[in-house]
Amino acid sequence: RDFNERCAQCSEVNWGLTDGGGFYCKSCHNVTERTREVVNTDFVANSRVQTISKGLKKQEKNDGSCEWYICEGFQLVLKKQVEALEALGVCPQMKDEILCNFWRCYLQKTKQAYCKRPAGETVKALSVCESSTDVDSDPERPSLLHLLSLSESEGDLQTDCSFASSLSKVSESTSVYSGSVDGSLYLMKSQKEKLRMTMPMTLSFCYMALLWMREPITLSELLRFVVEGHIPYFNVFQHFPEKMKLCGLDLKIFCVESWPVYEEVFNKMHELAAFLDLPRFPDITESCFLHPDMLCMKYLMEANLPDELHNWTCRVVKKIGIGEVDFLTLTPGNKSTRKVKYDVLAAAVIVVVLKLLFLLDDHYEWLLSEFAEERNKNNTEVCTFYSGSPYFEFKKWYEVVKHSLDVEQKKLDEEKAKYLWRCEKPLFYSVKNKSKVLKRRQMVVNLQNQFGKLSDSVQRAEKPNPSSFQLSWSEENTDGSCFHGHSLKGILQEKCGFLRAMNPDYWLCTVKLCNEKLCGHLAHYREVEFPQSYHFVLGLFSFLLRIQPSYIHDEVCMIEHKLFNKKLYTKLKYNTVLRK
Amino acid sequence: SSNEHKLNFKKSKETCLSYIQDALLQKQWKRAAEFLTCYIESLEKDYSREHIGPSEMIWRIGTEILWHHSQSSIKEFNCFMEQMKTLGVKRYLKVCLEHVFHLLCNGQIDEAYQNLSLAESWRFGEQTAIQDKEMKLIQAYRGLLDYCSWSKQKNILLEHGEDGFSDLAVEQEMHSYFRKAAVNLKEIIKIPGVWDIFVKCYVDLLEFYGDHNEAHQVLNEYAYNSKFPANPNAHVYLYQFLKRQGESKKSLISALKILHDIVPSHELMIDFNTMLQKSKKRKKRRLGLEVIFSALDYAGWKENAKAWSCLARQMKQIVISEKHLDWIKQEWNSRKDWWPAFHFSRYLAKRNWQENKSLSYEKALVAGILLGKDCKYFKYISHQGCKAQLKRFRMLKKFVNRHSPVYLRISG
Repeated sequence: RDFNERCAQCSEVNWGLTDGGGFYCKSCHNVTERTREVVNTDFVANSRVQTISKGLKKQEKNDGSCEWYICEGFQLVLKKQVEALEALGVCPQMKDEILCNFWRCYLQKTKQAYCKRPAGETVKALSVCESSTDVDSDPERPSLLHLLSLSESEGDLQTDCSFASSLSKVSESTSVYSGSVDGSLYLMKSQKEKLRMTMPMTLSFCYMALLWMREPITLSELLRFVVEGHIPYFNVFQHFPEKMKLCGLDLKIFCVESWPVYEEVFNKMHELAAFLDLPRFPDITESCFLHPDMLCMKYLMEANLPDELHNWTCRVVKKIGIGEVDFLTLTPGNKSTRKVKYDVLAAAVIVVVLKLLFLLDDHYEWLLSEFAEERNKNNTEVCTFYSGSPYFEFKKWYEVVKHSLDVEQKKLDEEKAKYLWRCEKPLFYSVKNKSKVLKRRQMVVNLQNQFGKLSDSVQRAEKPNPSSFQLSWSEENTDGSCFHGHSLKGILQEKCGFLRAMNPDYWLCTVKLCNEKLCGHLAHYREVEFPQSYHFVLGLFSFLLRIQPSYIHDEVCMIEHKLFNKKLYTKLKYNTVLRK
Repeated sequence: SSNEHKLNFKKSKETCLSYIQDALLQKQWKRAAEFLTCYIESLEKDYSREHIGPSEMIWRIGTEILWHHSQSSIKEFNCFMEQMKTLGVKRYLKVCLEHVFHLLCNGQIDEAYQNLSLAESWRFGEQTAIQDKEMKLIQAYRGLLDYCSWSKQKNILLEHGEDGFSDLAVEQEMHSYFRKAAVNLKEIIKIPGVWDIFVKCYVDLLEFYGDHNEAHQVLNEYAYNSKFPANPNAHVYLYQFLKRQGESKKSLISALKILHDIVPSHELMIDFNTMLQKSKKRKKRRLGLEVIFSALDYAGWKENAKAWSCLARQMKQIVISEKHLDWIKQEWNSRKDWWPAFHFSRYLAKRNWQENKSLSYEKALVAGILLGKDCKYFKYISHQGCKAQLKRFRMLKKFVNRHSPVYLRISG
């Protein structure tokens, strides 16, 4: 449609696109060699590629680069990400049917493509202005610094300033601003439009698709895979085709120099789901991985806790109704229901169960542990002969898990210090500083080689295979470091055919829940002194899920309030110790 | 903290640096190299607002690692330094200079000289003017190396001279080194600073060629120009020079005055006291007493027999003449509370007697005068000495007994 050349054969201007993306003359069916330089992926195999016409003349530049739009870039990113997920075992349907439909819907809704009038008119304001030689003279033209500041990615002010100042002397076309056609326009989009596409948002898309497909990957796992390098995110632009030159403002959009944040990705996902007017997501039932019963089982294993605790988590889940389909399934746009963080919720359930059984007030759990230790000592022979499972000793568990946790945490801290953000593909702000950048990169590589050789002989191995479990415990270990099979006998008592906890008390994390919308949290973890055991347990799950303990604390508070709802509002029957 | 699950470029590099720092402090060079490898990509980010940027960090850290790492060679080290020179033009000369220091430490004088010459010829727009100080240092060090070469030639010449040969070539070379060295050394010592080695070498050159006036002037400037930082060595050099020149006691004494003020514990205080004691001027003799007392205030002098003998001699002289006992009183006033425990304890008496009889003799004399014949130190030593039938101790005992009223006058 934007191809205005006359047909070589019949001199008409009446072009259409073949399936292969080439132009053919509708009048005489002459097929040209000119092809639409769109990043045509498997995604959009059958659709008509009107996509992103903005009224600019399409030119293939001399240096082998092509014109490309920002959303094409993001499309590529999503493609790479979903392919990586596929490699991790996710169902291929997700790519072909789910994600690409979400993406198409997004493009449509944001009027970037698949619609009649794409939002591209304002691009003209930034295009070549023949008479003016001074880029700053046009009052409508936004200041470059302003554009740079609009981007969320981190920048060094100095580089930005030098980039901006170097441009003010140039009178070339907007391609100097960015390798893409609409880089500057993209950053200019008003802040009202919160759903301007960003790199973190690609993860929101992925998560949304995963949730729709009910794949067994939680958000915390997804983000961990990203950080471990199994899912393209940092430096994903190095997989862009050669023709798509990245420079200038594109860097602000596609270069990421910070780890994705759970809350951010999570909230964006929900905004997106509502924005796209998606219907109710497929049901999350008891057989789903994301159901608290399933996730609790996984986390109990990973936390090296006895399998018997699973009965208790299921009981709690059932009692407060968080296993119900309607509670768990996402209905976009429904503002009244609390958005469910499946992983955090499951972890919080386990924490509550531990509090129920062990109290975790820095006294009782150790007492129980001593009893268990005594019984284990006395029963050594009898125990192994008959039931085979020793009494669960909190103290032993604490020591074993703390040790492993400390080791892993230390490893993680070192990983963070050694984290590499750059890739081999060098980035230039402008063609002008290209040689400088290349020289720098060469020096960096040389120095890395020189000092790499002097490093510890155990070189960094290839990144380990992605694993669902960060901590693993084997029952085959004879040192007794695996607690899965241990028994809760010592802390339970039978009453009327029911097993009850021996512990009669419970302390609430908070008496009153805050208004999440006002202060962002349900409760305030940092401001209160909680027992050390509680801190430890939160810390353990905080490490496993890679999120702040305060988020888990919030869910714990929420669960407690649901659980003790009646008791909070009626007279307290039991000796519940309340803490503010 | 470990509970922070966020991470960005800046934070991760800060953490990386702290790991490097720990590794360096514990001399774990391999580990430091490992983390430095990860830090290096910071070079591609701009840190011009920070006080110390990544290029400087990498230079300094890399230098430490390469210098100490067992698998690193001097070749690798040099190659690295060359890279660092290209990294920061504002630091070019500083890097050159430090590179030269390392080469010198490694005994590679020739390479060091080459590097200095290269650096001297460096020009880079306005940077040349900005880095003027570093340039002067580079020239000064080249002058220093020229001096070393001169010195070598001089020694060759002296050897040959003994054999009766006169080697013209060597002589000419020697003179040429002299000129090169002199010009640079003269320049640097004009700038206020601490230039001990340059001054010494320059003075050596001047003396050799007989330009004593210039040498004297240089040393005077170095010692007395208030723009220069207070430097005890300056006075020491001046004093030594004057002594070599056979100058009068008067000038020698005046040369040591300021040294006494700034470093009362300096080893030259013995010479100073010796000269002052013998002076005809009362003021000078008074000063001499002050000087020797001040020196003995310092723990390092406690067992210096020479110092004690100076003090003993002077005090004996005063006591015998019965003039200026008030001098001793004045000096003793501020010391009588702590010198007894510091110098004259019974423990020290035993130890001194065991280790050094001369020392104990001198000290006993001083103790006897200051603290009287009944003080523990004197009693012990004199008793031991008489027991051992050493004549001088008997004399000592007699002397102190004879002059015991003096003690009363001092202490009262």
